[in-house]
Amino acid sequence: MKPIFERGPSLPIRLFFAVLCSVGLMTLDRFTDSSTQLRSYLTATVSPLYYLANLPQAMMSDASEQFMSHQRLLEQNQKLRETLLRQNTQMQRLQFLQQENDKLRSLLGSVPVAESKRLVAEVLAVYSHPFSNQIVINKGSNDGVVAQQPLIDDLGVLGQIVSVGPTSSRALLISDTTHAISMRVERNGDHVVAEGLGQADEVRLMHIPHSADIQQGDKLITSGLDGVFPEGYPVAEVVRISRNAQQPFLQVYARPYAQLDRIRYVLLVWPKAKPEIDEKIAPPDAEAAAVAGDF
Amino acid sequence: MEKSHRLILVYLSLMFALVLAVVPLPAIVKLFRPDWPLLVLFYWALALPFRVSIGTAFVTGFLLDVLVGTVLGVNALAYSVIIYFCSAHHLKIRNFSILQQSLVIALFLAFYHYFIFWLSHFLTGVVFTMAYLWPVVTGAAVWPWIFWLLRRIRRQFKIH
Repeated sequence: MKPIFERGPSLPIRLFFAVLCSVGLMTLDRFTDSSTQLRSYLTATVSPLYYLANLPQAMMSDASEQFMSHQRLLEQNQKLRETLLRQNTQMQRLQFLQQENDKLRSLLGSVPVAESKRLVAEVLAVYSHPFSNQIVINKGSNDGVVAQQPLIDDLGVLGQIVSVGPTSSRALLISDTTHAISMRVERNGDHVVAEGLGQADEVRLMHIPHSADIQQGDKLITSGLDGVFPEGYPVAEVVRISRNAQQPFLQVYARPYAQLDRIRYVLLVWPKAKPEIDEKIAPPDAEAAAVAGDF
Repeated sequence: MEKSHRLILVYLSLMFALVLAVVPLPAIVKLFRPDWPLLVLFYWALALPFRVSIGTAFVTGFLLDVLVGTVLGVNALAYSVIIYFCSAHHLKIRNFSILQQSLVIALFLAFYHYFIFWLSHFLTGVVFTMAYLWPVVTGAAVWPWIFWLLRRIRRQFKIH
């Protein structure tokens, strides 16, 4: 029996309300700041769905580990041991260099670059829409994750956290169309800003004058000037420069070192701000350094 | 009581489609991922137009917005508008053959993607490439199977 008298309001009226609600939501989300909190609640609410969506992949990787042959495990173990040995040797040298660098920096009266806390996180979901490149990771405010926190992997910078839930958080990749990152050309120290194009393998450098000294193959590293990314991490390599005098600026494209379309594990970096350490090492300039650090 | 019990299956299928929409996939396959939630909504809006229409579409779209991180309300608006047209013409679309339905669905999907692009362009500024339209083709291709599967579920559990 069709409930012919229970049909409720007519379709156009329902559409009208739906349109009204969604336009309201869009305005709230895009043009005001109040939605950040709302979003983190919503992310927390739907996070079980991410875990559910990740289940097949997690099971697959578990299974492949289960059935890996003894021989291959031994080989892998051997290889990892070698890598560890090699890297430990490099670490010894690095620690020495770090100390030397800190000493030199304190002689110059500038803030030493302190070691920051790190945490490995796993990618739960990748937003596939070409308009936006975001990932969801399995660490949230319970693990101390905060908004605007940088995300790196073993190859280079990935992006930054934009919204945090208790057990998961969402990160914007450097290739997203709404993301820009401040960088330095390693060869000559020129400052550049790269914006995402929505493609995982390319970012565009903005506002490069025709006279700029930039070449194909230049390595771009973070400059630390944006106050989000710590200084000195590799980001991208210049791959294409089109010199068209009719354009106001050079068209420079760079390829991110990190493989943004196949991220599995990420490293969260905590930006360090410890004024008390600064005071110990460089007492006279501590205040000036702290002020400079704000920018 | 009994009826609402059966309607849960409708919401479960929508939930499952939402999960499918965020399952991590390799980059090459990702581009071709059909819009599962919208296809499932199409079926229910055609089969049970007085149970599933704009309200359900709005909530599903909103959940998709939250899951995938678009500006809140973009997918909710697009879903509502498209399900409105689908509901308004459900008697016509129902009488089409399955291939004709696929074509109509492709039309709706193309409209959906154009709409999303247009809104994103307005809200965040993005550029259009033809690759964005692959889900239209794959969506139309999987429609007969979705139709068959959901009709079996509907008949098996006598949802109406």
